[in-house]
Amino acid sequence: MGVYLQKNWPVVGLLLLLAMGLVLPLATGASAPGFYFEVLLGGLMSGVLYSLVALGLVLIFKASGVFNFAQGAMVLFAALTVARLGEVMPLPVAFLLAIVVMALVAWLVERLVLRHLVNQDAVVLLMATLGVAFFLDGFGQTLWGSDIYKIDTGLPKTPVLVAEGLFEGGILINTEDLVAAAVAGLLVLALAVFFQKTPTGRALRAVADDHQAAQSIGIPLNHIWVIVWTVAGVVALVAGMVWGSKLGVQFSLSLIALKALPVVILGGFTSVPGAILGGLIIGVGEKFAEVFFGPVLVRQFDLAGGGIENWFAYMLALVFLLVRPEGLFGEKHIDRV
Amino acid sequence: MSRVSNRKMGEVLLNVEDVSLAFGGVRALQQVTFNVYEHEIRAIIGPNGAGKSSMLNVINGVYAPQQGRITFRGQARSHMDPHEAAVNGIARTFQNLALFKGMSVLDNIMTGRSLRMKTGVLFQALHLGPGKAEELRNREFVEHIIDFLEIQAYRKTAVGRLPYGLQKRVDLGRALAMEPQLLLLDEPMAGMNLEEKEDMCRFVLDVNEEFGTTIVLIEHDMGVVMDISDRVVVLDYGRTIADGSPDQVRNSQNVIDAYLGVAH
Repeated sequence: MGVYLQKNWPVVGLLLLLAMGLVLPLATGASAPGFYFEVLLGGLMSGVLYSLVALGLVLIFKASGVFNFAQGAMVLFAALTVARLGEVMPLPVAFLLAIVVMALVAWLVERLVLRHLVNQDAVVLLMATLGVAFFLDGFGQTLWGSDIYKIDTGLPKTPVLVAEGLFEGGILINTEDLVAAAVAGLLVLALAVFFQKTPTGRALRAVADDHQAAQSIGIPLNHIWVIVWTVAGVVALVAGMVWGSKLGVQFSLSLIALKALPVVILGGFTSVPGAILGGLIIGVGEKFAEVFFGPVLVRQFDLAGGGIENWFAYMLALVFLLVRPEGLFGEKHIDRV
Repeated sequence: MSRVSNRKMGEVLLNVEDVSLAFGGVRALQQVTFNVYEHEIRAIIGPNGAGKSSMLNVINGVYAPQQGRITFRGQARSHMDPHEAAVNGIARTFQNLALFKGMSVLDNIMTGRSLRMKTGVLFQALHLGPGKAEELRNREFVEHIIDFLEIQAYRKTAVGRLPYGLQKRVDLGRALAMEPQLLLLDEPMAGMNLEEKEDMCRFVLDVNEEFGTTIVLIEHDMGVVMDISDRVVVLDYGRTIADGSPDQVRNSQNVIDAYLGVAH
C-alpha cells in the first residue's frame, strides 16, 4: 500500500482533490442539501450519457485498435433513424428497425472501409473513421432531414419530489431521467454478461488481446468487427434515444462524442469500467464546477464565472494525460527499446 | 529409431516445394523443399536468422511466398490466410507467446474451439437451447486437454499471471483445442529451464502419440530436438542444407559448419 501510494501520488492526490470538491459544497453549507443532490443527480445523468458514448469508443478500440471518430455521428444517425421511423410506427418497432439499420451500417463500414485497411497505421484508420463520421452526419440529414425531431418515449416529464421528509425542500427528480439511467445500467450489465459469458464475447476479447493469435485459431476478424460495430451502434442508439428524448434530435448530438474523448482519456482507452466511471466523474465534475465553483470565482475574483462546464472535462483530461497517460484503468504500454 | 516403429507413418501430409520468400532485398527463404508425413514429428532447425520462423509463417499462411508450391492434404495452394489455415486443420503456437493475457486459462483454451461453435450470436446471448449444449460439449473437450497438460490448478487464473513455462503449456493447449491435423510449434522450448524443457518434450511426444497429431516444430537448440524428432530439416541463410534422420543430420558436415562456423 505504501509503495502504491508512493508511486501513484499524483493520481491519488488528484482523486482526493476531486472527492473534496464533491463533498465541499455540502460540508461547508454553501448549498442546501436538496439543491446539492439535484445537481449531483443532474451530473450523474449527463455522466451516464457520456459513459454510453465512451463505451462505444472503448468497444471498438479494444476489438480493432481503431479510435472511432464516428461514434458521435453514429449517435446522431441512430437517433435520427428512431425519431423519423417513430413518426410512422410505434416506438418499440422503430427501435428494433433502428438496430437493424445500425447493424447494416456496421456491415458496410467493415465491408467498404475497415477490410481494406487491415494492418495500416492507426492514423490511417483514424482518418477513415473521420470520413465515416462526416459521411454519416451528412447522409443522415440527406436521408431523414435536418430539422429538430422529437422522440416521444411516453414517459412523464413531470418531476417527482422525493426524500421530502429527510430535509427541507426534498429532491426533484425527473422520471424520464431515472428510467434512462436504469436503461443505461441494464445495457452495461447486458454487455458485461455478453462479453464474459458467451463464446462470441470470448472471441471478441481474444481479438482485443491479440489479432494475430485470434486469427490463427480460426476466429474470423471480419465477422468480429461487424459484431463489435453493431454493438457500438446499439450503444449509440440507446445514447441517442436518451439524449434525443431529453433535448430533441439535432445535429449537436454528434458533438457529444467530443465529450466522450476526455472520458476515455480519464478512464483508459481499453477499459469498460473506466469508460463508465470516467463518464460519471466528468458528468458530475463539470456540473459541480459550473454550479458551485463558478460563483466562487465571481465572488472572490470578480470574474464572469460562466462556461466552466465547457472546458472542465478537457482540463481534467489534460491533467490526467500528464500524470497518468494510460487513464485510470487502461493498460500500461511498455515498449521495448 | 525405435520411436518410429511405434506409430504408423502415413502419407505425405504437407509438401513444401521450391518455396522462396523475400522481404525487399532480404531473401528469407530460397527454394526450400521438404515434406512432412502424417503422424510424424518433423523438426526445422537452424541458427538464428536461418529462416525457420519465415518457413512456419508461410505454412501457416501469414506470409505468401513469391515462388513455390505448398500442398496440404493433397491440395496445392500458393497462399492462404491464417484463418483459412485454421479452418483447414493447421494450428500453431507462438514463439513470443501470443496468449490472451487478461483471460483465464480455461477461456484461453476455449477460444481454440471457436471454429466448432456454430450457434448464432442470439442463442449464445440468451444462453439457452443449442448454445448451452454446444458450450458444454466443447467445455468437456477443453477440460480433457487441461487434464492432459496438467494445468488443472490454474484453470481460473489469468494467463498473464502464470510463469513462463506454464504459459507455453496454455499456448499448446489452445492449439490442441482446435483438434488440428497439423500442429506448428514455434520454438516451444525457447527461454525454458531444463526441467520445463523436459516437460514440454514429454507433452509434444504424448500429443503425437495420443492424438496422432502431425507436428512440425522449429528450434534453434539442437539437443532437445534430436531426441524427439523423426526427421529433421536444417536451414541456413534461407536454404536447406540438410534433411534426414537426426543421426544423419548430426553428422552432416554442412550442419556442423553452419552451427560452429567454418574457417575462411
